[in-house]
Amino acid sequence: MSSGTGSTTRRAGPPGEPRRVGYLFVLPAFAVYAAFALYPLLKAVYLSLWHWDGLTLATWAGLSNYADVLGDERLRGAFAHALVLMVFFAVLPLLVGLLLAAVLHRAKVRGLPFFRTVVFLPQVVAMVVIAVAWRRIYAPDGSLNSLLGAVGLDSWARGWLGDYTFALPAVGVVGTWLESGLVTVLLLAGMSRIPTELYEAARLDGAGPVREFLSVTLPSVRAEIAVALTLTVIAALKTFDLIYMTTSGGPGYSTTVPSYEVYRQAFEVGQVGLASTIGVVLTVIIFAISFVITRIGDRGGD
Amino acid sequence: MSRKVLRTTALAGLVGVLGLAACTPGSGGTAAPSQPAPNASVTTDAASLGNVTLTVWDQEVRGGQEKQMSTLISQFQQAYPNIKIERVSRSFDDLTKTLRLALSGKDAPDVVQANNTRSQMGAFVTAGELVNLDPWAKAYGWDQRYPESVRAVSSYSTDGTTFGSGSLFGLPQVGEVVGVFYSRSKLAKLGIQPPTTWAEFDAALATAKDKGEVPLVLGNLEKWPAGHVFGVVQGRYVPAPEIRALGFGQPGGDWTSAENVKAAQTLVDWVDAGYFNSGFNGQDYDPAWQGFTKGEGVFLIAGSWLQADLSAAMKDDVGFMLPPPSEAGGTAVTTGGTGLPFAITSKAENKDAAAAYINFITSPDAMKVLAENGNLPVVETSQQTAPDALGKDVYAAFDAVSRADGLVPYLDWATPTMGDTLGATLQDLLAKKVSPADALATLQKDYAEFTSK
Repeated sequence: MSSGTGSTTRRAGPPGEPRRVGYLFVLPAFAVYAAFALYPLLKAVYLSLWHWDGLTLATWAGLSNYADVLGDERLRGAFAHALVLMVFFAVLPLLVGLLLAAVLHRAKVRGLPFFRTVVFLPQVVAMVVIAVAWRRIYAPDGSLNSLLGAVGLDSWARGWLGDYTFALPAVGVVGTWLESGLVTVLLLAGMSRIPTELYEAARLDGAGPVREFLSVTLPSVRAEIAVALTLTVIAALKTFDLIYMTTSGGPGYSTTVPSYEVYRQAFEVGQVGLASTIGVVLTVIIFAISFVITRIGDRGGD
Repeated sequence: MSRKVLRTTALAGLVGVLGLAACTPGSGGTAAPSQPAPNASVTTDAASLGNVTLTVWDQEVRGGQEKQMSTLISQFQQAYPNIKIERVSRSFDDLTKTLRLALSGKDAPDVVQANNTRSQMGAFVTAGELVNLDPWAKAYGWDQRYPESVRAVSSYSTDGTTFGSGSLFGLPQVGEVVGVFYSRSKLAKLGIQPPTTWAEFDAALATAKDKGEVPLVLGNLEKWPAGHVFGVVQGRYVPAPEIRALGFGQPGGDWTSAENVKAAQTLVDWVDAGYFNSGFNGQDYDPAWQGFTKGEGVFLIAGSWLQADLSAAMKDDVGFMLPPPSEAGGTAVTTGGTGLPFAITSKAENKDAAAAYINFITSPDAMKVLAENGNLPVVETSQQTAPDALGKDVYAAFDAVSRADGLVPYLDWATPTMGDTLGATLQDLLAKKVSPADALATLQKDYAEFTSK
């Protein structure tokens, strides 16, 4: 969104140090950013300090909404579920992605673009479609249970999304399936940039495939790993549509997540203040985690 | 982001917060409480109102609903050319989400379909955004044509705190009733008659189970469907006034009463006996009843809204009955109510025209149009010709239960949070994660916290 660059005709000052007039060029972009990102964010922070039903006059709440978020077992649970989803959305895809990318990169598979497209495909499909498809897979009479029945594991069959132990992992697996493709493609791009001399050198030193992977491939794609983790962690923490479409936070409250609570509090219960508070807390958490990840990624790049 | 930009941003942020701090959220809208308006002069002569444009928001978007609405609107336009209807229709979910903002805005619609619940109609009444319809109810005779139990579900006290009594704030077109759908061929095969008492119903469930059928079909992934099953069982044990207090969130009810425990225990017993299809908590609502149409299960506890779909799929094989009365020959008590009622907003410029419109779409002639298009007319139901065999059952059931005042409100209406609490708690109860006593204590907590305010 950078506008106002490349004003070649009027360059008059010394290069390097930007002049104050430069900020003028940033202004249009900043105005848009401020109107559509900063203002809503600040407004949400402000609303989080009130008890407000969205209709009648609000009453001052101070920090009590924040105390509610920390004190309410169910809202705390929502954040805990988001952290569990992080494992499924970020950590597992990273492992799967590293393995897939390393194999695809090393084996020089014929038809690589085809496989790349296939693993990336889930990213292109709308989340609602994905959720509906997986709901059918997980249904008591769905394909997963038929599969289990076919291999004689009838006793394992269950209504997966209605099971207290398995509902959250079941939703998580959808995330793993969804994000693995993205991570694989990102890592493949990173690996294709590694000079082949490094591998030759490693092989001359007697490194096997595993050693090669650990000593050459892994350190070289550190930056890509950071990017992949940032994207997938954010996807995990802000998951809404998947939960909304598959379990509505159920059974009981065992799969509810912060974004779903924001929606519920604001649109169903009419506690706009509390909803804003959850949103603000979620933003802070996402910001903090992404910050740490990019820091680690940057340090690796130096 | 450079440090300087960061500082500028922080400064801008601070200014923003200070600017915002000047106004309390919600102070922009109107805050006049809903007036009882006893002295307001009301005219029912819509033709004399001059040129008026009415903006109407409804959610009649599906099949027969859409057809009846557009038919009635075009009839209304012919009868009163001076009143122009500008109709905005959107799905139920979209309407629910946008109505709050729309009503508090400057350019609010004149007539809206608002959900009966406290978080919708109740909140709007409290905020003074809906008009008290009592004067028009008298002038048009709605209070005569609509039975008490039907009017109650659209009634609030004028400050919006009491639900289920007080003034009328909306008028519905269609009725809803939860009952028991059954497969005639299955019953015949099992050699049982449609049960007329609870004892017979229990026996029918046991027989079905013994003969290898799934007695009861339930898809409870969405959380709310079990609420309807519980409502039916509750009607067996708990007296109607008690259920009304609980359902409307009025003080005086008790979730932990012995009768409610019995009802909750019955549900658990049904689970233990294996009466429900397996994995019901992970089963979708729609595939569940679709499975029923394909011969899976004997009974399906659900609402009249499935009438058209079930009838289309099963033709004459499907029947509908009210839950049996708690004693033979008594009045059946079951969950039910109305479709979304039509209400007039405080910002409507010509409220008489708005009332004339509502009267037109709920008139005896309108009830005919509703029935012709496969909807369940909320009043004068027995006088209408049902579209099919199942429709006949549903019309008869609704007519009987509404005239006997046996309709009790949806339990999730009680408090703004009850829909969620009830859904989650019943999932817990049916999965045997909690005991009936604990489940009811959770419901009581939600209810008591709200009613003691």
